[in-house]
Order: sequence, then structure tokens, then C-alpha cells
Amino acid sequence: MIKLIGVAIVILGFALKLDNIAIILVAGLVTGLVGGMDIVKILETLGNSFVANRGMAIFVVVMLVTGTLERNGLREMAAKLIGKIKNATAGMVIGAYGVLRLILAAFNVSLGGTAGFVRPVVMPMATGAVEAKHGSVDEKHLEELKGMSSGMENITWFFGQVLFVGGSGALLVQSTLKGLGYETELGALATVELPVALFALVVGAVMYFFKDKRLSKTLYGQKK
Amino acid sequence: MQFFMDPKVLLGAKLLECLYILMGIIAGYAGVKTLFEKEHKAKIGTAVFWISLAVVLAFGRWIPKMVNGILVVVMAIPAVLRQVKPGADRSATKAETKAKADKIGYKIFVPTLMMGTFAILFAVFTKISPLVGVGVGVIVAAILLMVFSRDNKPTTFLDDSKRLLDTVGPLSMLPMLLAALGAIFTAAGVGQVIASLVGKVIPQGNMTVGIIVFAIAMPLFTMIMGNAFAAITVITVGIGGPFVLALGADPTVIGMLALTCGYCGTLCTPMAANFNIVPVAILDMKGRYNVIKNQLVPAGIILAFQICYMLIAK
Repeated sequence: MIKLIGVAIVILGFALKLDNIAIILVAGLVTGLVGGMDIVKILETLGNSFVANRGMAIFVVVMLVTGTLERNGLREMAAKLIGKIKNATAGMVIGAYGVLRLILAAFNVSLGGTAGFVRPVVMPMATGAVEAKHGSVDEKHLEELKGMSSGMENITWFFGQVLFVGGSGALLVQSTLKGLGYETELGALATVELPVALFALVVGAVMYFFKDKRLSKTLYGQKK
Repeated sequence: MQFFMDPKVLLGAKLLECLYILMGIIAGYAGVKTLFEKEHKAKIGTAVFWISLAVVLAFGRWIPKMVNGILVVVMAIPAVLRQVKPGADRSATKAETKAKADKIGYKIFVPTLMMGTFAILFAVFTKISPLVGVGVGVIVAAILLMVFSRDNKPTTFLDDSKRLLDTVGPLSMLPMLLAALGAIFTAAGVGQVIASLVGKVIPQGNMTVGIIVFAIAMPLFTMIMGNAFAAITVITVGIGGPFVLALGADPTVIGMLALTCGYCGTLCTPMAANFNIVPVAILDMKGRYNVIKNQLVPAGIILAFQICYMLIAK
């Protein structure tokens, strides 16, 4: 029972928003000690596992080009691509962003997140679509559009990234399973997620499309 | 050098070490460059963090295990003390990126897709790790970018990667540290203890019940911890292993989908502040939980889909 103290430290520590890295180190140290390991053994296990999992730092290599891709106009061209849809509703703009983000996430590329892309690009396009139809944007509609854009952003990022062969999620799963004695392949781990990613994209896009459509109908009804 | 000359070592293993050395160079550049910045708020801490990381990444294979462990702790200290900070922001101005966009156009998507493409090619056609494919893709992408514009010099790439490393900071090490914690848990025998506890609550030997409990425990624990990566190591060892995988279920399907079941929990919790609360501030929203409210229903539907998928494909 006492061995669970590390699990308790992790759960409580994360829940209380203490420093994540400190929690992990303390949990590891305490668990090791109550589990009968000495400091040397704990440090060896830590070092050994960290080196064995260096693959999870693959993002370091990817960053060698992502920053320069931004510098060379990736965001501008992504915005131009979304803007190609004719007579788009706000819901369609959000859906199109979801499609693009899911595809790019599968190639391990982000357009800059909420601050880098949603606020400067997606929101103006979505509100622009509403203004073209209704003249101005209702406050409640605006709030919901922001919520839906962020939702789309998160859903497609989470479920798109797992399609990237060698993403950190799959590597963590692989190393956890290896600890239990099961060998898995990175390609197969990504393939398994394909139906989930497509389903998640469709659910998000369809739901937000109809929600926007409903808001667009109900909020502006009386004025016309 | 002996390692790289030894004919008995597989080519894939050698290439993987080259990739780790490249990672070390990039992280090391970020650390050394920090030392030369005039107006940096936490010069020493930041440099210690990135340089010790660089040493473990590049040379971990040849360093004794215990020294690696000490280096990881040394790396973590400035992070815990909040002494790892970004340097001056040198991102391109809007006018610069606009000019580049006009010049390069949609061609920019070609290098963008290189990393993923080469990862898939390596996974399908070679026995070499797809991670090496990612590395090759990065190099191809960099060459393309240099062809597109003469302004992209080798130092441009290194400086841009330093800027991005500054933005993600020490928390980017979370998956590796969690994996290490998982290793300590396993070595200390935590899994058996959880398994015997859970065994008192759910019947052993019933795979369907095991899968459902595993698939629901993941999002629940993720919601409490705010991080699916933290949940997956603990829950897989405690529930996934003894109650699902030990009965002969497919580890690829069950293990991987458990992580994305956890992601459904991430969509529902204010604990995942980066995704669910920070955007509220960035977008000037009125309701603190309006991002989460828009994610609850999709998260529930996607979780249900995944549970069915696990039960069918087990």
C-alpha cells in the first residue's frame, strides 16, 4: 500500500497545480525509497529511462524548421487557403480550419495556436462571414464563435497529432507498454488512431456547423 | 567513433544516434546562445537547463547511467526554481512574413509536409526508426527553404529553433520525465499494488468490463491531473496491463486508444489550463468555462466511439 504514495503525490500535485517537474522528481524519489531502492539505483533508473526515451525529444529537431516555416509565410498561406471557400458561414470557416489543422497536426506542424492563428486569422474570418450576412455580430454569437474556434483548435490538435508517426504520445504509450513486456510499432500505433481522428473531426465540424446555424437563425430573427 | 565504425551495429541504430546528436546540437545552441544575450532575465538557469539536456541527448549512450540521472536532476533544478526563461523575441515582423508569402506562395506547404511524409516512408519501407525519417524530412525541408529564399541561412534555422524552444520551455520535457517516473514505478512494483486494489472492485478475467473500466478511468484521471500523459503511465500499469492486456487483448489498439480516451478527459477539465482556460483570456471571452462547454458533447461522443472501437478491435 505504501508504494502508492508516489501515485498519490502525482495526482495531488497536478490537481493542486504545484510545479509539474518537481512533482515528478519527488514522486520518483519517494516511490523508489519506499520500494526499497537506494539513491544510486533511483538515479540510474532515471538516467537510463531518460536516455532510452530520447526519441520523445523529436520535437527539438522538428523545431529546426517550424520557426523558419512561419518566417516564410506559412500562416499567411494557410489563411489564404481557408479564405478560398465561397459564401462561407462562420461554422464553415471553423470547420475548414479544423480540416487544415488536423492535416497539419498529422504532419506535426502547428500554425501557432490560439494566440498565433485563431485570434488573428480564424476569428476575423468567422465574424466577417457573420457580418456579411447580418451586418453586425450579436454578442452571444461572438462568444460562442470564440468557444467553438477554441474547441475545434483543441479537438483537431489532440486527435491529429496522434496520427504523426513518432509523435510523443505514441512514444510514451510504446515505452509504457514495453515496461509491461509488450512490443509495439510506431506505424501501427498511428494507424490505429486514423478512424478516431476522422470521427473526431467530423463530430466537431458537424456540431459546430449546426450550432452556428441555429444561433444565426435565432439571434437575428426579430430584426428582419 | 568506435560505435559508428563497428560493422556489427545496425545502420538504423547509428542513424538514430546521429539524430540524437543533432537534437543535442540544437538544444546546446539554445543554451550557449543564451549565455551571450545581454538582456536575459535568467541567463545561468536557462543555459544550465538547455546545455545539460543537450549533453544527455547527444552523449547519453556513452555516459554512465548514474551520471545521466544526475544530469537530468541538474537540468530540472533551474526549471523547478523557475529560472528557465525565454530570451528576447526575434520573430519575423508581419511585413517580412507577408513579403515571403507573396514570393513563395503555396509552395511553402511542400517543406511543411516533409517531416510527416518521411516518417511514414521510413515506417513503411525500412526497418529504420521513423524518427530517423523525421530527421531526414527536417533536413530536406531546410534545404527546400534555402532554395526558396536566400535569406534562410543555417543560423536562421538555429535562431528560430532557439526561439521556439524558449516558448515551449522546460514543460516540453514532461513526457520524458513521466516515462522515467513510470520506469521507477515499475522498478518499485507499484503496478502490482494498484492491480491488487482494483482487483477487489472489478472482476478479473472479464475483458469487456476491463476495457470499459480502463477507457473510463483514463479520462477521469486525466481530468483530475489535467494531463493525459501523466495518467497513461499510471493507469496502464495499474488497470490496462492486468485487467485487459494480460487477458490477451491487442496492446497496440488498447494501449494507444487509452491515450486518446484520456484526451477526451483533457477536453473537459479546467486543470488543462493551457488548452481550456488560457484561450479564454487570449480571445477575451466572458465565460471562464465557455471553451470547455463547447467541448463537453464532442468529448463524450468521441469517448463512446472509442470504447466501441476497443471492444470490437480488441
